[in-house]
Amino acid sequence: MRRDRTVAVIGTAFVALAAGGPWLPQWAMFIATVAFARGLVALGLVLLLRAGLISFGQALFYCLGAYTAGALGRFYGVSDIFIEMLVGGAVAALVAFIIGFLLARYRGIFFGLLSLALSMILYGLLVKTEALGSTDGFNIAPSTLFGVRPPPEWVRYSVLVSAAAVAAAAALIVHRYLQTPLGRLAPAIKDNEIRVEYMGASARKAVHVKYVIAGALAGVGGALAATAVGHIDPDMAYWTTSGEFIFITILAGTGSVVAPFVGALIYGSIHTLAYGLSPNTWQMSLGLALLVLIVFLPEGLWSLATRHARRT
Amino acid sequence: MKIVNVTHGSFYAIGAYAAASLTAAYLARGFPPMLSYAVLVVAAIVVAAPFAIAIERVILRFMYARDEVVILLATYALFLILEDVIKLIWGVNPYFIAEPYALLGSFQVADMAYPTYNLLLVAAALVFGGGLAWLLHSTRAGKLLVAVIHDPEVSRAMGVNVGRYYLATFLLGSLLAALAGAFTAPTVSVVPGLGVDVIVLSFAVVVIGGLGSLPGAALGAVIVGIVRSLSVHYMPQLELFVIYFVMAAVLAVRPRGLFSLAEPRKI
Repeated sequence: MRRDRTVAVIGTAFVALAAGGPWLPQWAMFIATVAFARGLVALGLVLLLRAGLISFGQALFYCLGAYTAGALGRFYGVSDIFIEMLVGGAVAALVAFIIGFLLARYRGIFFGLLSLALSMILYGLLVKTEALGSTDGFNIAPSTLFGVRPPPEWVRYSVLVSAAAVAAAAALIVHRYLQTPLGRLAPAIKDNEIRVEYMGASARKAVHVKYVIAGALAGVGGALAATAVGHIDPDMAYWTTSGEFIFITILAGTGSVVAPFVGALIYGSIHTLAYGLSPNTWQMSLGLALLVLIVFLPEGLWSLATRHARRT
Repeated sequence: MKIVNVTHGSFYAIGAYAAASLTAAYLARGFPPMLSYAVLVVAAIVVAAPFAIAIERVILRFMYARDEVVILLATYALFLILEDVIKLIWGVNPYFIAEPYALLGSFQVADMAYPTYNLLLVAAALVFGGGLAWLLHSTRAGKLLVAVIHDPEVSRAMGVNVGRYYLATFLLGSLLAALAGAFTAPTVSVVPGLGVDVIVLSFAVVVIGGLGSLPGAALGAVIVGIVRSLSVHYMPQLELFVIYFVMAAVLAVRPRGLFSLAEPRKI
């Protein structure tokens, strides 16, 4: 068996980013931070996808996390980035736990469409809620770090390092989870659920647990995106946002917990590049890229790396 | 076909755009306005058909063997592409053609004026629904189609040209979507993003009724329509919410929709 280098890779990447961060241009820091936020959501989707489930409504938790962070700052005067992420994740996890009782019964297309419907419900509610800014959303105060407000030119960097720290922690936790019996059940559920039940394990409970973890990750990602962008609006719950997350997950593949973050970074770059080159047809570029991936690289970009490793 | 097709929304939009732009051009030349209905229909079919055939032949044909979820993603990718193609062809400015709508006038029911065009739409929906049911259950081609969907391999072994049936089904479905767009075009302003709204709504309709069931889709459409109107009338802020709430409620009681058949579990 090959030695598992995931932990070493995550550690090295984090140290390299923290050390090299100050020399990055501001726009690159911004793209990287948003990529970490999207990567967290995609990490949750990887968990579900390993069990053969595709959620078309992960934007529900993303938006929930973002609005929780926004509400904390607006109504309670809390602007600490870690508290925002923690509470955002907790609220999303709670909601995921409740609707998990309904969703864990479904598989395949129905799971996807029902989760899509739930996220659109949130969208519909937010659009009609005047107190939270309706379709315009509202702005969020710049974040502080453990009660300290960093000087303006260091805000981006401090947010980036916090994001990287949270992302690294989340990746390590999920990596550990995948090695537990419950985590290893996922491919089995994908293959044949009835056999899983015969072994004495509850597929439904396993799916429920995965859904809550994925929801919490998306909530943390949403809170992070809210503080990084400084503005939130109901579009975060729209189904095209969920589509973006699925795009990232497919792009990256489900092979490793590092893959979603790499995928999110590549997605952010493609998005920015396509938007810069042709503002009116960036959707087309994205669609073409997704189509090419599905046809030629069904296991995602990560499979390129592992295929190479297997050959040598 | 066991395909959840997101591009359906694009075909709706294509139909609406084609109908709106071509009918406007037709009316601008001063031809008899009564014939504009025919132009609506023909425009939608002529423009949408090449798109449908190209998509099925070039891309979807190679996807049938893959997972349902993969097909869903592929159609999502196509949807993104088509959204921009529509913008490239027709631009981002809204189109209006109210003539066919205004031409028929309205009639009085009790104290309320009801546009005759809307009544025409209901009739058209009934005709198309009935026609589709007849096609599927009473013609040779329809029965073969049901067999092909149920088991493509056995059908192929029996000498059925499965590929042609897939193409025909996809084409028919897409043209129906385009026609729906064409019929709706006179009642709304045709703007970008039209496809997104309708696809999310029609998924709710189909899921309530049960995937792959014609009576289910009809009943689902009626349920969604009534619930939505009631909500717009009494609690306008809950409009979107109510539709999905009904969908979630139906699924909680009947996990596969109202008109779904029992499915054997595979061990």
